Amino acid sequence: MKLYNPPSPLETKVISKRFGVENSWRLDTYLATGGFEAFKKTMEMSPDQIIDEVKASSLRGRGGAGFPTGLKWSFVPKNVEGPTYIVVNGDESEPGTCKDRLLIEHDPYQMIEGILIAARAVGASKGWVYIRGEYRYLIDHLDSVLKEAYQRGYLGKNIAGTGFDFDLYSQTGAGAYECGEESALLESLEGKRGVPRIRPPFPAVSGAFQRPTVLNNVETFSSVPEIIKNGGKWYADLGTPKNGGTRMVCLAGHVNKPGVYEVPLGMNMMYFINEIGGGMWKGKKMKATIPGGSSCPILRADECDIPMDYDSMAKAGTMLGSGGMMVMDEDTDMVKIALRIMRFYKHESCGWCIPCREGTTWLQKMLARIVDGNGAMRDVDMVGDLAKSMLGRTFCPLGDAAAMPTISIVEKFRPEFEAYVARNPFANSELVQVG
Amino acid sequence: MTFSPELEARFADLLTHYPPGRQRGALVPMLMYAQDEVGAVTPELMAELAKRLDVSVLQVDEVVGYYSMLHKKPQGKTHVQICTNVACMLRGGAELYDHACKKLGIGHKQTQASGVFSLEEVECIGACSWAPAIQLNYTFHHEVTTDKLDQLLEGLQ
Repeated sequence: MKLYNPPSPLETKVISKRFGVENSWRLDTYLATGGFEAFKKTMEMSPDQIIDEVKASSLRGRGGAGFPTGLKWSFVPKNVEGPTYIVVNGDESEPGTCKDRLLIEHDPYQMIEGILIAARAVGASKGWVYIRGEYRYLIDHLDSVLKEAYQRGYLGKNIAGTGFDFDLYSQTGAGAYECGEESALLESLEGKRGVPRIRPPFPAVSGAFQRPTVLNNVETFSSVPEIIKNGGKWYADLGTPKNGGTRMVCLAGHVNKPGVYEVPLGMNMMYFINEIGGGMWKGKKMKATIPGGSSCPILRADECDIPMDYDSMAKAGTMLGSGGMMVMDEDTDMVKIALRIMRFYKHESCGWCIPCREGTTWLQKMLARIVDGNGAMRDVDMVGDLAKSMLGRTFCPLGDAAAMPTISIVEKFRPEFEAYVARNPFANSELVQVG
Repeated sequence: MTFSPELEARFADLLTHYPPGRQRGALVPMLMYAQDEVGAVTPELMAELAKRLDVSVLQVDEVVGYYSMLHKKPQGKTHVQICTNVACMLRGGAELYDHACKKLGIGHKQTQASGVFSLEEVECIGACSWAPAIQLNYTFHHEVTTDKLDQLLEGLQ
């Protein structure tokens, strides 16, 4: 399977180490390179020991929220009657993100082993890998891998002779950003519209088909085998305190070498962009960067000299998110970026919560008005104010995801909005506010 | 309504994936796979799946209305999907989409009278580091220029 971009010698390859190896997705390749050693090791560990090892690794969710994985697993109730499930989030719809598809393409057994270890830890018997519908090639690929795994005894009954049983299936989405949100994903898995559920109860208690469920991102599960094999401490030490390990960063935008690269948490962001990403294209200067998918508040160029870990990003007022980093040069029109981002959220809002449905619709209208040269000065304030009024007022984070980048772009690049408005001869008139 | 033996086999397998009594979980996959074979989500298809999964046609319809990849009208033989979301926009996705509109003589969600091509401006398709990206039906093409797009489309005329 070919690589979409050449690797960088400056990467730390833990979960992407098989990328580019011939037949890397086949079971024999996986077994020949240490595959399933971790799973076998867990057969001698108690569920609590497995969870403690994952806690010690300080692995945090790679889908966006960054919740500590071991802690999440520990919330699943023990000794309950009836089944417990695993759901893998491979919806990968956050703009800027294109890493999970690589993990399933190049090293699907690593993810499967991570799922089996999680299943051992929480006593799960069945799981689904939910993959966005656009990735049909990937679903077909995973289906053929699952078939091989069943035939070779690495799924189904008595896995690898351990006496442990587990079933795993693929599940296709059908085009909906919202289904990357965990509770909407579970609705979709049950054959419904992807509308979020109110929480609590959280999926650990009542998830897929109202059963206790562990739900994590593809990359999160893919990180588990190396943690078990080498120990939680080894993994934690790769990153910074409370931010263990490595992660896949998807570099996009105005850089010389865009691509998906695996780096330790805590790597300096400017170092990453300049040394691994080859720096800015065409000799341009950087204007801004969205560090972790379009839901994250934007950083000005002068704010980007920071470590890439969850806590440093939070300190800088943004998020590591899903690893989708989009770099913009000095010529980028930030008003148009704000409008394009809002068009996306307006399209994807499921319509369940009014602040999100109406907020995204009106924000798009106001931003379009400004871009079209019909904006008034008070529109600029209104965009910021309306976005702020959406924060925390919706069932799921989509409303926040639309509001946060918008607030930050208006605050940090306000002169660009004002320049658009200044071109409108009626900008200060009270009579222009129609539609 | 009858389907190909391959699709029937796929349905039969799908229905074993869910807990007892929860076969409705197969609805979205069944709609996706059936749509590929039938060409669109027709009223007959919705009625058939409703019957098989023991839900109402309305329950199927509301699901179809939610997901952007499910469509009730047939698309062109090649459905051209061009991403203009931020990562693609930064590297020429919007210009690529405008070029496709002119070249194909159709706009967003339109199909040529000949039925050869249909066009859609899509949201992020998850190929951001290799932008601008497009999909022709389910096939990804990365780092697409207007010249490359012309070649791809001319090869499919």
